[in-house]
Amino acid sequence: MPKRTDIKKILLIGSGPIVIGQACEFDYSGTQACKALKEEGFEIVLCNSNPATIMTDPEIADHTYIEPLTPDFVEQIIKKERPDSILPTLGGQTALNIAMQLSERGVLKTYNVRMIGATYDVIKKAEDRECFKAACLKIGLDVPRSAFAHTVEEAVKAAKEIGFPLIIRPSYTLGGTGGGIARNLEELERVASLGIESSMIREVIVEESIEGWKEFELEVMRDNKDNVVIVCSIENLDPMGVHTGDSITVAPAQTLTDREYQAMRNASLALIREIGVETGGSNIQFATDPRNGRMVVIEMNPRVSRSSALASKATGFPIAKFAAKLAVGYSLDEIRNDITRETPASFEPTIDYVVVKAPRFTFEKFPEAKDILGVSMKSVGETMAIGRTFKEALQKALRGLEIGHTGLDNKQDFRQIPEEKIELRLREPNASRIFYVKYALQKGWSIEKVAEISRIDPWFIAHIAQIIDLEKELLKSYHDEKNITPELLRKAKENGFSDAQLAEFMNTKEATVRALRKELGITATFKVVDTCAAEFEAYTPYFYSTYETEDEAVLENARLDKEAKGQRKKIMILGGGPNRIGQGIEFDYCCCHAAFALKDLGYETIMVNSNPETVSTDYDTSDRLYFEPLTFEDVMNIYEVEKPDGVIVQFGGQTPLNLARRLHEAKVPIVGTTVDSIDLAENRKLFAAFIEKLGLSQPENGSAMTTKEAVDIATRIGYPVLARPSFVLGGRAMRIIYDKESLLSFIEEAHDVSRGNPILIDKFIEEAMEVDVDALCDGEKTHVTGIMEHIENAGIHSGDSACVLPPHTLSEEIIARIKEYTNQIALGLKVVGLLNIQYAIKGGKIFVLEVNPRASRTVPFVSKATGFPIAKIAAQIMVGKKLPTFALPQMDDLKHVSVKESVLPFSRFSGVDIVLGPEMKSTGEVMGIDLSFGAAFAKSQAAANSALPKTGTIFISVNEFDKRNIVFLAKRLVDLKFKLVATKGTAKVLRSSGVPVEEVDKHGEGKNNLLTLIKRNEINLIINTPSGKRSQSDMRAIRAAAIMHNVPCITTLQGAEAAANGIESSLAKEFTIQSLQEYYKQKRNEPCAV
Amino acid sequence: MKKAILYLQDGTTFSGQSLKVTGESAGEFVFNTAMAGYQEVLTDPSYTGQIVVMTYPLIGNYGVNEEDVESKKIHVKGFVVKEFCRRHSNFRSTQSLIDYLNDNKILAVEGVDTRALTRHLRLFGVMKGMISTEDFDPKSLAKKLAAVPDMVGYDLVKDVTTDKKYVWPAKGPMKFRVAAIDCGIKFNILRILAELGREVHVFPATAKLEEILAVKPDGLFLSNGPGDPAVVTYVIDTVRKSFGKLPIFGICLGHQILGLALGGQTYKLKFGHHGANHPVMDKLANRIGITSQNHGFCVDLKSLNANDVEITHVNLNDNTVEGLRHKKFPMFSIQYHPESAPGPTDAQYLFGRFIESMGKFKK
Repeated sequence: MPKRTDIKKILLIGSGPIVIGQACEFDYSGTQACKALKEEGFEIVLCNSNPATIMTDPEIADHTYIEPLTPDFVEQIIKKERPDSILPTLGGQTALNIAMQLSERGVLKTYNVRMIGATYDVIKKAEDRECFKAACLKIGLDVPRSAFAHTVEEAVKAAKEIGFPLIIRPSYTLGGTGGGIARNLEELERVASLGIESSMIREVIVEESIEGWKEFELEVMRDNKDNVVIVCSIENLDPMGVHTGDSITVAPAQTLTDREYQAMRNASLALIREIGVETGGSNIQFATDPRNGRMVVIEMNPRVSRSSALASKATGFPIAKFAAKLAVGYSLDEIRNDITRETPASFEPTIDYVVVKAPRFTFEKFPEAKDILGVSMKSVGETMAIGRTFKEALQKALRGLEIGHTGLDNKQDFRQIPEEKIELRLREPNASRIFYVKYALQKGWSIEKVAEISRIDPWFIAHIAQIIDLEKELLKSYHDEKNITPELLRKAKENGFSDAQLAEFMNTKEATVRALRKELGITATFKVVDTCAAEFEAYTPYFYSTYETEDEAVLENARLDKEAKGQRKKIMILGGGPNRIGQGIEFDYCCCHAAFALKDLGYETIMVNSNPETVSTDYDTSDRLYFEPLTFEDVMNIYEVEKPDGVIVQFGGQTPLNLARRLHEAKVPIVGTTVDSIDLAENRKLFAAFIEKLGLSQPENGSAMTTKEAVDIATRIGYPVLARPSFVLGGRAMRIIYDKESLLSFIEEAHDVSRGNPILIDKFIEEAMEVDVDALCDGEKTHVTGIMEHIENAGIHSGDSACVLPPHTLSEEIIARIKEYTNQIALGLKVVGLLNIQYAIKGGKIFVLEVNPRASRTVPFVSKATGFPIAKIAAQIMVGKKLPTFALPQMDDLKHVSVKESVLPFSRFSGVDIVLGPEMKSTGEVMGIDLSFGAAFAKSQAAANSALPKTGTIFISVNEFDKRNIVFLAKRLVDLKFKLVATKGTAKVLRSSGVPVEEVDKHGEGKNNLLTLIKRNEINLIINTPSGKRSQSDMRAIRAAAIMHNVPCITTLQGAEAAANGIESSLAKEFTIQSLQEYYKQKRNEPCAV
Repeated sequence: MKKAILYLQDGTTFSGQSLKVTGESAGEFVFNTAMAGYQEVLTDPSYTGQIVVMTYPLIGNYGVNEEDVESKKIHVKGFVVKEFCRRHSNFRSTQSLIDYLNDNKILAVEGVDTRALTRHLRLFGVMKGMISTEDFDPKSLAKKLAAVPDMVGYDLVKDVTTDKKYVWPAKGPMKFRVAAIDCGIKFNILRILAELGREVHVFPATAKLEEILAVKPDGLFLSNGPGDPAVVTYVIDTVRKSFGKLPIFGICLGHQILGLALGGQTYKLKFGHHGANHPVMDKLANRIGITSQNHGFCVDLKSLNANDVEITHVNLNDNTVEGLRHKKFPMFSIQYHPESAPGPTDAQYLFGRFIESMGKFKK
């Protein structure tokens, strides 16, 4: 069936900010979908609140709205744009939920918008637990057995039918409290009785526990002719009980016979038909009982998902792109497979390699949270590795995680770990369990024992045992013969051992191993990901490394050389690896832009990255994609095959920057700002001297290699100080320190973070305003692209701070000086490309806090706010273009205001205090754009899922410091008809200034207790500034409750002031609904019609 | 583990290590792209005379069991993989693949750059080759290989067909009786027919039509099998004689035989279809099925008389014929494997079509 003619204009909803569980995979899918639909001539309206996405680039859709993803705002967009269709299946759960809400509110009906891809009923059927279960049973599929019970007797009866272990879940409780696992009758009686008590309707669900079963996922696609294909199967290493997003997963499924796999495939086909997903992709999860193969259906997502992004990257089959085409009427056989060109999309990819995905955790950011894994996702990113064997792929994935492991290495000595700890770490799923599997085996535990404790399938454990055997062989060979034979060395490489790992066994340096290898001719070869296991010729070069005989990258380059007769210019771009707090989608955005811009200049672009969620690893983004870990060894292997004219390291965040020095020393031509300049900016001592030479101010500082030095420096410059290890991103382990005692404990903790590098100590300037500046420099001229004024005072990491562009309180004089300083610094550092500077401003004095001669996290925000593609220009400058050749806009003519707000993951980490500080904690960002600051700020809050209240009660509790300043703000809030409640101290201050306020208790269980009020949803906003030195523990509980009950909680006075502005704007209904394209036009010409 | 060399007819060599069995073995090198189902592949009689290269690198993960066999023995002349599994895991497994191969004295090689080998076969076509753990001299290997007959023009059916007629009983009450000409029939075909209430009388390929008709069958089934269909003239003759007498359903070699009996011609594909992911369009149902495939020869579309024969199935990858039916007689055939094993079961409905035609014919 060809393209539908009844569709003209399609609304696509993005997934909003990066949060745990919903990351940049939806930018990848959304961007693919937009491109695919635009290619077909449809008019695309896009809405997403996340400025760091490629999909919100103004050229991707026809009408791009950076607006909060709430039904209200999306309704306004629909009203204005009048799309005839909405495609809700490509923007994650967020887009699906909004489409459902719009449908329920009748908005879609009012404006005559139809849902394509999946309809309301289909989504309901798939998402509603009971409906879904019924659908499964109807078509003869098995699900975990369960029964309702209202008394302990009923529960016991159900248990007899179902069998232990059981999960008891009370109906209608908040946050799943009162549930538990029962392994025997005694436990059942206890858990069931408690569960029935805590249920509002005295009911529990008694369900068969399938914890520890094997978990599988299938990616399914269906077209409107009812053709269904399976794109990929995935097997989880971590069995049931660990969220798929937190599991190490492997593609394809490994331990299923064809018969069992076909049963799963048939079940998937039957389910997608029964649920009725008309077109597009779905993912279906299964669990199987390892004892007898019994298969049950767990759940289904009637949309593209994180797994489908992974499946796309794992197979080369672009699920989102095809899902978009199917939604507008095409059938699978009408779509060509891009990779083979010859064959249609109506086939099932087959692969000739093994894919391992490993989650990246950030527990180090939340020391109070335990790294225990369960059904709620905790990881913030992932890496994917491809190898010819599982062992190779696993080791590549582990080194690709960039958590200090060089593979399945021996970072910890197993002999030092007590057996009890190993047993516990195996039994209780956690972030480093895979290493404990190794330790256990090293201790001599059998594969069976490890499998029994961990419930990880012996197949996986056996492979780890093989890695250990090989290690033993290597060690023995080295010790007995002082030599590792070429055969053994090759075998080690085939099994994924990195040079760094081998260097450890051989008691030598990584470089020596590399040299030895090359001498012996043991070098990496590259193979193509082609969807078809080499059955057809592949045209889309997507490579991975392995140790085999034939190198297809060499062949491909030879072919291209011949074609181009040697006239090739190549640039290699190093990506950012797995997402983590401090390094996420923003850097991937820059890498993509570099590829786009350089392609336009006639360069061949080569992308290197290991993050399957990203747009950069879409093989459409660059000319050649290398899906590889970003380690020195892996990057050098690619470099040696490609021999690019230049390598870009300043776009991928700290990951490639950390490799810059070694690459430079290996004679890799790094384009843009030199490695020496990067070092100058990173080396605190050199940098301090540099700033001094320029005659600029900076907080007093020093760098310490020893504890004594640190204490001396702090004493000299005076507390509070800002202390941090050097060479880190996202303010890792950065802290404001108020006394010697805290400094000492900080130094102890920081040791691991920055091994061998100094600890940096700066005077912390209290009550200063912070400003972020992004600029371009070609080595001769500088152009400031954006000045962002932070909402919060200096001291909060710039990644967590909200900021506004253009600055709304800075004087022209200060702005002029900032520009001048930026110019001096950029030229002084001989920056070629991008730089970012953070300044603190206090009393008319400007201090230089930090200079980063690289792409910063704010580049996409500034680009979106100003309509100026900074990263693209920077990439062109790096290959020799000069600034004056570009039409550079002045920032002064912006008629709109943009506010960036960060999104924090606290709700995922129980027990963690939500107070902001110099260590970055946010996972993502949103942008609010409007014609006034208040409106833009209010939008940013709504977009960050903490919409400001328009009415109700505000709780205020501020520290001594802020008490003077709270009065005026409180008066404003009262004028806006809010009721104020406050704790004793704050209430006293307010009352004495004539502000009406009610006093509430912080402690106790009383009716007038704050916690009670929060639980009863009687508080609509919390303004709580913690006291400087240490946040009080009772306020901590309050902030935690606020998160549980989704009450916006503001922890700085500046934030509170901005909130008041936002509330005013909301009440005045002064929101503007305008597309980016309109904002940009308005900026250049005169107001355009809205 | 012994060093093994794979020597191809065009002089290309690959190296690897053999399992326990050593020696030499020659055959036609083909690659199979299915990611699971190695036991079915090994025991599929259609692979007689062939050395099978698995493109999926990890083979043996779930061991072997007694149920997933497609015949009584392993038929491949050699088995080539990237890595054999040392510790399988599956609740049904009864033995490791390595032991199974060793016990059956199969020359199996691992550590091979199977992707490079596959690319070679794709680019230059399937070809004869040898595995040797003894002789690494290309000249000597070339000489030995020259003595091995080519696949084209060589009758392999003789080697795999049953010696004597046997009956595969129906499951439950018998509804119809099917006569099957065994050119190397896969058990799963028999299992499915039995499941559908068919009693199957399996005849040697050399059986005469009279013998077949003597059991009063309701339909004639032409099985899959190895090698060049054009030389199996004795079956082609039998089939031709049966036109109009019985509904006919042919699979794979059986399809090619029907094509030849209908006056068509067959040709050898460059590298064949061996896998579990080929899209096939059923032109009658206007539906795509993902199919299990294993064939090196193909019926030439142009050679068939369009007045008598209709093309019902087409491979969407290369537009080759995947199914045909006779316009007058209840006869149809399918090039791929509706019985799957291994592979998707999308096409099992075709057995239903056969049954329908038997029902109609009986009336």
